[in-house]
Amino acid sequence: MTQNVKKKVKELLESGKIKGFLGLCQKNGHIGPHLFCDPDDLESMVLGDEERPGDSRYPLNKLLIHIARSYPDETFGVLVRGCDERGLKTLYTWNQLNPDKVIPVGVACPQELADACECLRPYPEEFVEGERAEERSSASVTKISGLDVKDRFTSWMKEFARCIKCYGCRDICPMCFCNECSLEAEELIHTGELPPEIPIFHLVRAVHMAGRCIDCGLCNEVCPADIPLRTLYKKVADIIDEEFNYRPGYSEGKSPLNILGSAAEE
Amino acid sequence: MDYRTVPTTCTYCGCGCNFFLEVLDGRIIGTIPSKSGPANQGKLCIKGWHVHQFVQSPERLTRPLLRKNGNLSEVSWDEALDYTASRLKEITSAHGSDSAGFFASAKLTNEENYLIQKFARAAVGTNNVDHCARL
Repeated sequence: MTQNVKKKVKELLESGKIKGFLGLCQKNGHIGPHLFCDPDDLESMVLGDEERPGDSRYPLNKLLIHIARSYPDETFGVLVRGCDERGLKTLYTWNQLNPDKVIPVGVACPQELADACECLRPYPEEFVEGERAEERSSASVTKISGLDVKDRFTSWMKEFARCIKCYGCRDICPMCFCNECSLEAEELIHTGELPPEIPIFHLVRAVHMAGRCIDCGLCNEVCPADIPLRTLYKKVADIIDEEFNYRPGYSEGKSPLNILGSAAEE
Repeated sequence: MDYRTVPTTCTYCGCGCNFFLEVLDGRIIGTIPSKSGPANQGKLCIKGWHVHQFVQSPERLTRPLLRKNGNLSEVSWDEALDYTASRLKEITSAHGSDSAGFFASAKLTNEENYLIQKFARAAVGTNNVDHCARL
């Protein structure tokens, strides 16, 4: 299932169009991110399907930022699913990556993964592997929205109460690139305390995901307390869409909140 | 340019979480939890997430320190081990084996922890073995 991706990457590397390709490989019994630089060394490349489709996805965009910061003049290829492509588009608008220096190689997600992710677009615009799966709406959001406000609040508080404040949701997030993080600001969060103050800790992050979260779901997967963060951020994205007709990675241009922020400063 | 993701195991505690260390041109720049690590399944605690920071911290102790005239000073491993062995002998022969205690640690491997209790019990003759996590 990786043949087309390997062929494409081999072409890109041999033609010298890219310095390296950031994808996934099987090594030491694990699937992990890997920068492929040799066209003859693509044997170990995989698409991140360990036992189920997409169960070994990694924030490749985020790692690409790390590499690009040190090598801004080089062009790199990167493996993208639908969510990763939304991530790239959003990172371009925030000037975290230069679109002229990134060549995405797309794969479409299988239906099983699209269902599990409740993904609105489980495929990138162009892909060399896989078939276009059907889009799914957010059943998890509909379910919790069905509760009355009091029950909804109790339900979220029960989820937040399990938080061990590992900051994993932030650290895995390809859209979290700020030099200074509000989750470490003493004015907003009691930084030295455990467990974190709820719901403020989670709501600060949720507000910061507004106009930014591209719904990749890595935060949900990384959470040791199984807090359904993805559902929370999906709801935030719905609100922004309803109010501003903007959905990060789907709509063009910068987030309306970004524009409001700049206007407020002036 | 040399970018690697090196699979390894967290040294913070005994859980054995797996992660990849992002290494760019010989410098560790990030930690990525391994999704196929059987112990952690793609998750980490806050300490594990920041492993890349302590490894290269200028404040990290990389050589033994010995207190001489009230001040800590760097010494060779030979000197540190000779001093510890001779003081252990002096103290235990003057006050008995139970005057010594041994602290094991989750940062050690299973084998090292086995050795430290074996050394305490068989070589020094005390059951005073405890663990740094019991604070």
